Amino acid sequence: MTARGTFPHRLLPYLLLAPQLAITLVFFYWPAAQALYQSLLREDPFGLKSRFVGLANFRRVLSEPSYLNSLEVTVIFSVATAVSAMAIALLLATMADKIVKGRGLYRTLMIWPYAVAPAIAGMLWLFLFNPTMGTFAYMLRSTGYNWDPLLNGNQAMVLIIAAAAWKQISYNFLFFVAGLQSIPRTLIEAAAIDGAGETKRFWTIVFPLLAPITFFLLVINTTYAFFDTFGIIHAVTGGGPGKATETLVYKVYNDGFVNLQLGSSAAQSVILMIIVIALTAVQFRYVEKRVHYG
Amino acid sequence: MATVELKNVRKTYPGGFEAVKGVSIDIADGALCVLVGPSGCGKSTLLRMIAGLETITAGDISIDGKVVNAIGPAERDIAMVFQNYALYPHMKVYDNMAYGLRNRGMARDEIDRRVNETAKILELSSLLQRRPRELSGGQRQRVAMGRAIVRSPKVFLFDEPLSNLDAKLRGQMRVEIKNLQRSLGVTSVYVTHDQLEAMTLADKLVVMNAGMVEQVGAPLDVYEKPASTFVASFIGAPPMNLLPVTANGTGLAFADGSAVAGNGFAGGKAAQIGFRPEDVVVGQGDGGLLLDFQTIAVEPVGAESFLHGNAAGSPVIMRVSGRASARPGDSIPISVPEAKLHAFDAAGKRIEPSHT
Repeated sequence: MTARGTFPHRLLPYLLLAPQLAITLVFFYWPAAQALYQSLLREDPFGLKSRFVGLANFRRVLSEPSYLNSLEVTVIFSVATAVSAMAIALLLATMADKIVKGRGLYRTLMIWPYAVAPAIAGMLWLFLFNPTMGTFAYMLRSTGYNWDPLLNGNQAMVLIIAAAAWKQISYNFLFFVAGLQSIPRTLIEAAAIDGAGETKRFWTIVFPLLAPITFFLLVINTTYAFFDTFGIIHAVTGGGPGKATETLVYKVYNDGFVNLQLGSSAAQSVILMIIVIALTAVQFRYVEKRVHYG
Repeated sequence: MATVELKNVRKTYPGGFEAVKGVSIDIADGALCVLVGPSGCGKSTLLRMIAGLETITAGDISIDGKVVNAIGPAERDIAMVFQNYALYPHMKVYDNMAYGLRNRGMARDEIDRRVNETAKILELSSLLQRRPRELSGGQRQRVAMGRAIVRSPKVFLFDEPLSNLDAKLRGQMRVEIKNLQRSLGVTSVYVTHDQLEAMTLADKLVVMNAGMVEQVGAPLDVYEKPASTFVASFIGAPPMNLLPVTANGTGLAFADGSAVAGNGFAGGKAAQIGFRPEDVVVGQGDGGLLLDFQTIAVEPVGAESFLHGNAAGSPVIMRVSGRASARPGDSIPISVPEAKLHAFDAAGKRIEPSHT
């Protein structure tokens, strides 16, 4: 039973919702509709006139090798970022959970990286690992390792994954700490009496009980890796070397605002929209079902 | 099958708080020992120390003659039933019960045999494929018991296992636990704050207060000869009536100045005289302690009635069987036979009457 509020006037609830609806309409639905419209047009090189071309933009984009490359880059980047950010955060949270003294201090310090803007985070990592001036780059090279993310695509990928994951760890950490605290202590004690060692307890009791939070973070981290990492990529690699780190979002920006192929860029963003909708639907449909306990 | 021995066991928390202040208890093989006391008396801490969930600051705990101070909970061969049951919410009933066996590397068909057998004893057979959230409180309680029984450990530990159940179910489960413990013959330690549970379950009753043992004994011995005013008022509902007395030269006098009849305690250093509500006789009876009872309230419970009132300047509760004819405001002469009187000294310790 949920209590239903009553309003003095029939229009009042709509009036109260109006500001939020207006913002959503102006900043989300209007641009989305524009992208949809743009994706069906082709503009002349001077931007003077455009004509309707149907689905031609989509056909072109999907048959473009660089687009398929970008798709692959995105998958690798997103999976690696989400998995490493969550795994490291879970490890840190499990360790922080055992600390008794100075708990609050550790947690406060752990959340700081989240406050760093993506572009700044990217710059920090760039400074540390830039082959010509980076401290860590120097150390890496002095061990004999040929570190050069400006030329080596794989190394560039590792660098942006590290930067993107680093920034997200603190967010994940907070949720995992809260999740660990919500597991009743007696469950862990019961498992200890039942003869499960610490590692076994983690995998058979703690980890399954964290599943709802892990699922939530999976959604958040995937979305983050898809969209919010633009600043990092832009600052660290600019999509290079040779498009090795050009994700779908970065390619939308590059094609649309640098190369000024608005039709193609709009088609890409529509495809991106479909991917995100599908991804979210799949996650909620199949993953969420398995993760809730009473 | 095992004995449990506690020798001068102490627990001091890092903050300096002493939860258990030197407790020694011997529990015989197959006995059910109940630790009872108000919240914060250290009974749960003591149980958790036996389980290995709390470290032991001083003293020794032995199970089956072997000191287990440095041994982890898994190797002590004990099973514990928690107050909130602590069932694994993501596992089915079957897996909840099988978990401990699997961790010990038991063969699959042996696990299957044991779980099914235990489920049959506890009438859980039809629930094995359910998850804990699909069970009622009583069923969860049973699963928690099953998880303990299926391992056939040396010792069962119960941490207020019935306090989350409603009164009717509690009474029913109490009998079940008692029968089960009897038939399995497993040494058990049971912690509760409910004196009724303690009285009915215990082979050996340990009354605790502020980290110390107040009294150890068979339930009825504790009831009939409470070692202190604390035990006297904690065991038994309604509690024992305790009337403060002072020496007045010739003998003892109550708070209102009236003399205490009966010579048993006259020469002693009694500071409180006590008697159970059910030992009060309406009228002169066979003598003993004679009092005038001013009725304040009448509580009919059905088979019996409780009369609340004042006697000799102190509040007194008396129990009469059937229905009481007294009304609030009535003055009733009452008496308590001398053999039913208890006396306690200024420190609250029991004084044995020296009947002349």
